Amino acid sequence: MSDVTLPPDAPPRGFAARQYAVCLYGIVWREALRFVHQRERFVSALVRPLVWLFIFAAGFRQVLGISIIPPYETYVLYEVYITPGLMAMIQLFNGMQSSLSMVYDREMGNMRTLLISPLPRWFVLASKLVAGAAVSVLQVYAYLAIAWFWEIEPPTLRGYLTVLPALILVGLMLGALGMLLSSLIRQLENFAGVMNFVIFPMFFASSALYPLWRVQESSPYLYWICQANPFTHAVELIRFSFYEKFDPLSFSVVLGCTVVFLGGAILAYDPSRGMLTRKAQ
Amino acid sequence: MTGAARDVVAPALEVVGLSHSYGARKALDDVSFSVAPGSFTVLLGLNGAGKSTLFSLVTRLFAARRGRISIFGFDVAREPREALRRLGVVFQARTLDLDLSVMQNLVYHAALHGIGPAEAQRRGAAALQRVAMSDRASDKARDLSGGQMRRVEIARALVHGPRLLLLDEATVGLDIRARADILAHVRALARNEGLGVLWTTHLIDEAQTGDDVVILHEGRILVSGAIADVVARAGASDIGGAFAALAGVRAEGAA
Repeated sequence: MSDVTLPPDAPPRGFAARQYAVCLYGIVWREALRFVHQRERFVSALVRPLVWLFIFAAGFRQVLGISIIPPYETYVLYEVYITPGLMAMIQLFNGMQSSLSMVYDREMGNMRTLLISPLPRWFVLASKLVAGAAVSVLQVYAYLAIAWFWEIEPPTLRGYLTVLPALILVGLMLGALGMLLSSLIRQLENFAGVMNFVIFPMFFASSALYPLWRVQESSPYLYWICQANPFTHAVELIRFSFYEKFDPLSFSVVLGCTVVFLGGAILAYDPSRGMLTRKAQ
Repeated sequence: MTGAARDVVAPALEVVGLSHSYGARKALDDVSFSVAPGSFTVLLGLNGAGKSTLFSLVTRLFAARRGRISIFGFDVAREPREALRRLGVVFQARTLDLDLSVMQNLVYHAALHGIGPAEAQRRGAAALQRVAMSDRASDKARDLSGGQMRRVEIARALVHGPRLLLLDEATVGLDIRARADILAHVRALARNEGLGVLWTTHLIDEAQTGDDVVILHEGRILVSGAIADVVARAGASDIGGAFAALAGVRAEGAA
């Protein structure tokens, strides 16, 4: 037989660590290539938070007074206050968009090609997640580069570095949430549905646009909802890290949610659990 | 028994007592058949016969409710890694990444099988040569015609060196010439390189004398075997007649 057959030097069982690395690298590399090619996606990911920053925040700075709350040590401009929320929003949109593309991909077949990889499915899904998070972190830094010209910056340059681990973790959490939704929700093709039922509630019922003590003044119930919203903790983790501070509560919540969402997504994509079976009807 | 010994004796694909249902609707009912290495087996069935379900089960999109699928002796449910690495798949939907070049598509696919970029380039070039697409390696997938995309998808399915090739309605949307072309390429792979090929279709004229055929109708296997035997057993003059006699309906493409 010719070289079509499995090469004789292929290990008879399992895969070497190097092959796992090759697979991860390949998935991230493809995502990066797609990112480079889909300029509209990149531009719209950048324009959205900038519109919020320059229009919404400019209008609201007179209305909303921000008292001194951690991590801030002085009064801050409203633009400065909402920047961590907008950074998290970029990652929220990215996570949901990649989940949408997974549903779309699965129908179109790209997801099918991913799922016939002989490497363990949990590993393939986790690699896909890492790739999506990497893209979202790039988008956030592009936003920060533009915001810098309007003097929205961390107290010292080190802030750009200390926020990186937070961005990676938040990117993973929101990507994992999107992946879980993509496997559970049948009618996710319509992005308006995701906007209405996932993105808007998560974004508005959080500390992204207003400090939670203000919410508490108007509605204790809403305050409770905001506290339970993982996105609030994503925003706070970014806010503190940007100011070179560590917030153990938000870190724990974001880490815990990442594990739960990813675990759920892996279960949902497990062939024997039948989530996909029901969808395939 | 070692993996290598199994590869020699086991069928390329063996399906035993496979049943699957979506809720109350039974999609596959006690399906059994096998594909020998080096054979071109046509899985023939009308739309809704259960071909897509069977395809999803063999490619492990989800697991079967009952029954067993093995690829060269490796159970898809129990040893998915060994089973899937011996399997190459061409899906009905176009699955090339249109923004990537032909070679980038192949390198990405190889990475999913743990094959590094340098080795993937070498294998990719060889696979493209096999489907006569070497001169398009650096073109964007978007710029290819439907038939060329299919050929690249076949090359991609071969990159990791599988020994069983599965094709799901691979000629859908292609013109007559491109169809004949794809069929000839895949038949040559089975004949010259000893691959087991399972060719899924609803077009009866894609089955030729010398092929094996499995007829799936309403979730059940009506008949399987060499085409000449199947035609003789049905008392028909050709495979179209045999299908009509067995299924009670005429298939598309029947003479």
